[in-house]
Amino acid sequence: MSLTKNEIRVGIRTDSDILVARQQGRELGERLGFGLSDLAVIATAISELARNLLLYAKNGSIICWTIDTESRKGIVIQAADEGPGIRDTEAVLRDGYSTSGGLGLGLPGVRRMMDEFAIVSREGRGTTVTAIKWVK
Amino acid sequence: MFVPILKQGPYLIASVQSALRDADLIELRDALTQQVGTYRSRGVIVDVTALDVLDSFACRTLSEIANMIRLRGAETVIVGIQPEVAFSMVQLGLKLEGVATALDLEEGLEYMNHRMKRIGHVPNEK
Repeated sequence: MSLTKNEIRVGIRTDSDILVARQQGRELGERLGFGLSDLAVIATAISELARNLLLYAKNGSIICWTIDTESRKGIVIQAADEGPGIRDTEAVLRDGYSTSGGLGLGLPGVRRMMDEFAIVSREGRGTTVTAIKWVK
Repeated sequence: MFVPILKQGPYLIASVQSALRDADLIELRDALTQQVGTYRSRGVIVDVTALDVLDSFACRTLSEIANMIRLRGAETVIVGIQPEVAFSMVQLGLKLEGVATALDLEEGLEYMNHRMKRIGHVPNEK
């Protein structure tokens, strides 16, 4: 994948990286013309996904890119790791499900906040979460 | 990122200046819990006006701050949650239940003074 100015990729290894990812993702959204509320939603979604990477996979990447066509504009947020994977992807999308002692709102919350959401996971291979927010 | 904690009369005011790492939030929590004893403070005001994100970790830590401060015998109010931050918190499902909030620092001080009167502690003007 080639990196253009409409794409960011941030490796998540420490809690400082979470801040970098959400700041850069927010700037990408700003350039695309999102309003303040959507920008907060985008930054929050990145924050939750990045924290999941740290919690469950120890490290991974946040990749964001923009879709800018005549019919629609949007931002894609992807969190990818090569961690242990998720056995039951249905369970992690239920509110209150947590194996970390957290609130269990991360993934279901991100799904609620964003317009499109997909999770692909293979045990022992890793997990990729992809979410899209469209400019309205 | 260092969060300055100001002592104002019987209260401690923590003004968050910019985005915080998880470790900074934990540090703030522990500093407030400690200083409420050092200064024998009656209330803690945490001003989050500068924050553009309050995610699940931040909310959990703010709840912990309020609970720990209550166990130390003082009160907490969170002030300055911006409209778009409130919007994304609600979308995510975060309610900060059981934690007092106020519009801004002025309202937060008003809230504290009111609470102090109710529990019979007249705030020192100094």
